[in-house]
Amino acid sequence: MDNIITVSNLTKQFGSFTAVDHITFAVSRGEIFGFLGANGAGKTTAMRMLCGLSKPTSGSGSVAGYDLRTQGEQIKRHIGYMSQRFSLYEDLTVAENMELYGGIYGLSRREVSDRVDQLLTALQFADHRDDLVGSLPLGWKQKLAFMVATVHRPELVFLDEPTGGVDPITRRQFWDLIRAAAAQGTTIFVTTHYMDEAEYCHRISIMVDGQIRALDTPAVLRARYGADTMEQVFYRLAREAKRGD
Amino acid sequence: MKHTLPILIRKEVTQFRRNKVLPRIVVMMPLMLVLVLPLVTQMDVKNISVAFIDHDRSPLTLRMESHLAHSNYFRLCEPVGSFEEAEQMLDDGKVDLVVSIPEHFERHLTLGDPKPILLEANAVNATKGAQGMQYALQTIASAAMEKARGRGAAIGAEQLLTVENRYNPTGNYRHFMLPALMIVLLILVCCFLPLLNIMTEKEHGTIEQINVTPVGRLEFILAKLIPYWLLALVLLAVAMLLAWAVYGLLPAGAAALVFLAAFLFALCISGFAVTIANISDTMQQAIFVMFFFVMFFMLMSGLFTPIDSMPRWAQGITYAFPPRYVIDVFRSVYLKGTLFAELWFDFLMLTLLAVVFNLLATVTYKKQS
Repeated sequence: MDNIITVSNLTKQFGSFTAVDHITFAVSRGEIFGFLGANGAGKTTAMRMLCGLSKPTSGSGSVAGYDLRTQGEQIKRHIGYMSQRFSLYEDLTVAENMELYGGIYGLSRREVSDRVDQLLTALQFADHRDDLVGSLPLGWKQKLAFMVATVHRPELVFLDEPTGGVDPITRRQFWDLIRAAAAQGTTIFVTTHYMDEAEYCHRISIMVDGQIRALDTPAVLRARYGADTMEQVFYRLAREAKRGD
Repeated sequence: MKHTLPILIRKEVTQFRRNKVLPRIVVMMPLMLVLVLPLVTQMDVKNISVAFIDHDRSPLTLRMESHLAHSNYFRLCEPVGSFEEAEQMLDDGKVDLVVSIPEHFERHLTLGDPKPILLEANAVNATKGAQGMQYALQTIASAAMEKARGRGAAIGAEQLLTVENRYNPTGNYRHFMLPALMIVLLILVCCFLPLLNIMTEKEHGTIEQINVTPVGRLEFILAKLIPYWLLALVLLAVAMLLAWAVYGLLPAGAAALVFLAAFLFALCISGFAVTIANISDTMQQAIFVMFFFVMFFMLMSGLFTPIDSMPRWAQGITYAFPPRYVIDVFRSVYLKGTLFAELWFDFLMLTLLAVVFNLLATVTYKKQS
């Protein structure tokens, strides 16, 4: 199968602290890949390296066909990224945010406006087109952030805890968006602390103390650890962690 | 990508317009700087109270007394009998200046053997003391000169003081201050606004969202700075027009030189601001560091006090401060009408510093940690 991400022995050290410790894995094109781990396990750091926001201390890899160490700017053209923190411009409107990012990724004015209409209609959010983003409730902000991360139809989207602090209904809607994007061939790389969300993923990895301890489909992992739910699998693995929160 | 720059600039302009405070302050700034600050930053000293002790009481000394009494700068206090009494008043802060004329002053002067007049000033406020002394000398000298002229006698230059304010003939402090205040305006717009803008993006995390896109570092920074450069030049033009309308102050030389220097200066300090923003983690840190430097920029660049009277080592340091050059251009062009050919060094240094600061800004901006 065609891999959109392959990394081998990827490592990030901050001084004497090894945040990410020789991780090796691959994500295939079109997959929803769950990237799990306790707080402080190194998920965000690993993801930031994959997006070109953070330089690996050692190890190698490629994302969307470009070398992680040398072609960071090329990678950025082909991915979308939604950070743990809401990071759209609160003093711009919904449409202005989408137009800004559409323009940045090189979409023509025409393409941008079509895309904005299409996304807002799909979200049933066309009425709020000219609302300032700062005035929206968190759930909507997160959905909007996802739309902005995928406005340029990237091959691969990184979502860092996209549903943190969001209510269960919005969470479900959010996953509908994710699955719809995946159905159109976008690869999803997502971190989460919700184990029910982990079940939605095609494959998941569980990081403990900067290393990947397990990587497989949810069903296989459950069977391997003799657990009924992903929650139990996660407990088993995350309890071994020596690092604190 | 060619068309990202206009998109990013439009975003900056929209955000600026939508801000509730910034546009208003920006409109207020040139008004306050030109209309209010020159009046309150006056260093012209007025109402100096003088104790005049006249042991001579000759026509000449009476003329001196009347000159002092009729000057705007002095307030003659009640006649004082003795020098001791006057000194006591100086101690008590009742007078700022004591002028004591020795006995037979005029006679000795006429005989070519002048006895010195004693001037004592309260120099706790050094500026007031020094200026009071200076004015008193001028006033007394002018009285002596009138007297001499009246007699038709030839006057030796060494007998009289001549103080002449070249280029700013009335010694009008406003004409000296206005160019400096215009530079303060540029510093506020091109140092603080870009700094606060970038730090806000850092603190809100929006810069990270930009860093994961293909937007180049240069485009991102240019999009932030271009609007402020334009804003600074527009505000400068407004301030110059106001200075003309209100104080009748127009550049004696080419206004284009003022704008060219202002633009180069804007490049310098905005590059500096981006550098500070790049190396700062929080808004608090950035603002504090910026104030630290701006304090030196304002006080050590000859904006308010002349560089020539600073200690040698300090004068050396000022060569690294861009305001030093721009103030020289502003004052020279405004007051003396100096030509480009005489200001080439200032322009060269501004260009050089612009390159250095912007290189620093580019090097310190990291899309990747």
